[in-house]
Amino acid sequence: MIDKQEYAKLVKEKSPKSREIKTLFFAFLIGGFICCIGEAVGDITKLIIPEVGKVTEGQITSCVMIFLGSLLTGIGIYDKIGKVAGAGSIVPITGFANSIVSPAMEYNREGVVLGVMSRMFVVAGPIIVSGVLASIFVGLVYWIISLF
Amino acid sequence: MKLGKQTYKFERKPIIISGFGVAGPKEGEGNLKDYFDKILEDDRLGEKSYEKAESEMHYFAILSAIKKAGLEVNQIDCMMAGDLLNQIVSSTFSARELEIPYLGLYNACSTFSESLLLASFLISSGNMKYITCSTSSHFSSAERLYRYPLELGTQMTPTAQWTVTGSGCCVLSSSGEGVAIDSATIGKVVDYDITDTNNMGAAMAPACADTIKTHLLETGRNADYYDAIITGDLGIFGSQMLEELLQSDGIDISSRHRDCGKMIFRESQKVKMGGSGAGCSSLVFSTYFLKQFEEGEIKKALFLPTGALMSKDSSLQGETIPAISHAISLIKE
Repeated sequence: MIDKQEYAKLVKEKSPKSREIKTLFFAFLIGGFICCIGEAVGDITKLIIPEVGKVTEGQITSCVMIFLGSLLTGIGIYDKIGKVAGAGSIVPITGFANSIVSPAMEYNREGVVLGVMSRMFVVAGPIIVSGVLASIFVGLVYWIISLF
Repeated sequence: MKLGKQTYKFERKPIIISGFGVAGPKEGEGNLKDYFDKILEDDRLGEKSYEKAESEMHYFAILSAIKKAGLEVNQIDCMMAGDLLNQIVSSTFSARELEIPYLGLYNACSTFSESLLLASFLISSGNMKYITCSTSSHFSSAERLYRYPLELGTQMTPTAQWTVTGSGCCVLSSSGEGVAIDSATIGKVVDYDITDTNNMGAAMAPACADTIKTHLLETGRNADYYDAIITGDLGIFGSQMLEELLQSDGIDISSRHRDCGKMIFRESQKVKMGGSGAGCSSLVFSTYFLKQFEEGEIKKALFLPTGALMSKDSSLQGETIPAISHAISLIKE
């Protein structure tokens, strides 16, 4: 029988590959569409509250997008979007909402405390930790620069 | 009688007197829908959790196979069962309801042939008369255990397989009408250094090739002795790898090789490389292949489901995927 090295080569060579053009296209299309909705939410916010300001406008948009991502996850639609969009629906903030709501739904049968509350962050945990670490690092760099 | 190092020939051949298969809704829309004894409309079975549903399905398959054989539950000497969940709870909870002496087994997706193999030894020794062999798997319980929450929007990689929701049970007897188990080869754990848990077919193919080679060598048979060489859940890519591995040793099985995982779903069901899971081989074997034997389409077959023996943690710790495959030689006289 062929040896491990040869087998590894054979597997690598013959494994079916992702259809990159198709997956990239859908990621771009649907990811872009989600961002367009975000822009629209921001614009509508400005129309309703003209004195809102850039920071608050961004915060309201984030809240609305998180709500939409959570809602679509809750009614079982977001995973279907994800099957087509891939990273296009994972990267926007709606994907972050999906990554928290889906384990919360999955583990509700294990109880509220040890199920939902403790496992809610199994997917999003690494993102939160790296986000916090990155902001500490950037904050430090900013502080050091401001000393001079 | 022991032949070589791994193969045993049974003087008193155990007979598979009945088989019963329960399939999930998606499987019930696949290629083999006409063969399944029962197709579930709701894969939760009205239960609170998918684990409970799997256990209920497993229980139903065992009970129905016993009834189909015209037996009573208390006539069964032993129940051998296994599944993919932690501590094989689906099997154990079925055993709790059935109150039959129980041996729980785990060899991942090759558990079904492990159970047939052990049952054959116990029956041919003359100590037991009736044994049930069964396995189950459930897409939703396996997904949360091995991958991600169901509602998480992820894509399947091109080499991934879809865990079959289903359960199959065979009743083995020391006498009666049916397919006889002529010999069995106990597989070795074979690891060809594959680490991608989304490419199980490639990880399991070398174990399967090793067992086929050993079986043929130790029984002195050629591949064309068998009308069919049935694998469990190698899927499309794993099957291709198996055929290539054997080809490199001059064994050609391509004309008689059938893979349950490859057969169960239609291409339009978007399951990438096909079905997988402990329930895949038991479901397809207990329904479709037993029917093929009954109709005389197959007279001699080698049945060898394959199992990948890693855990979620071992993969995270960078371990490669060890695999195993036990072979059962079946003859319909």
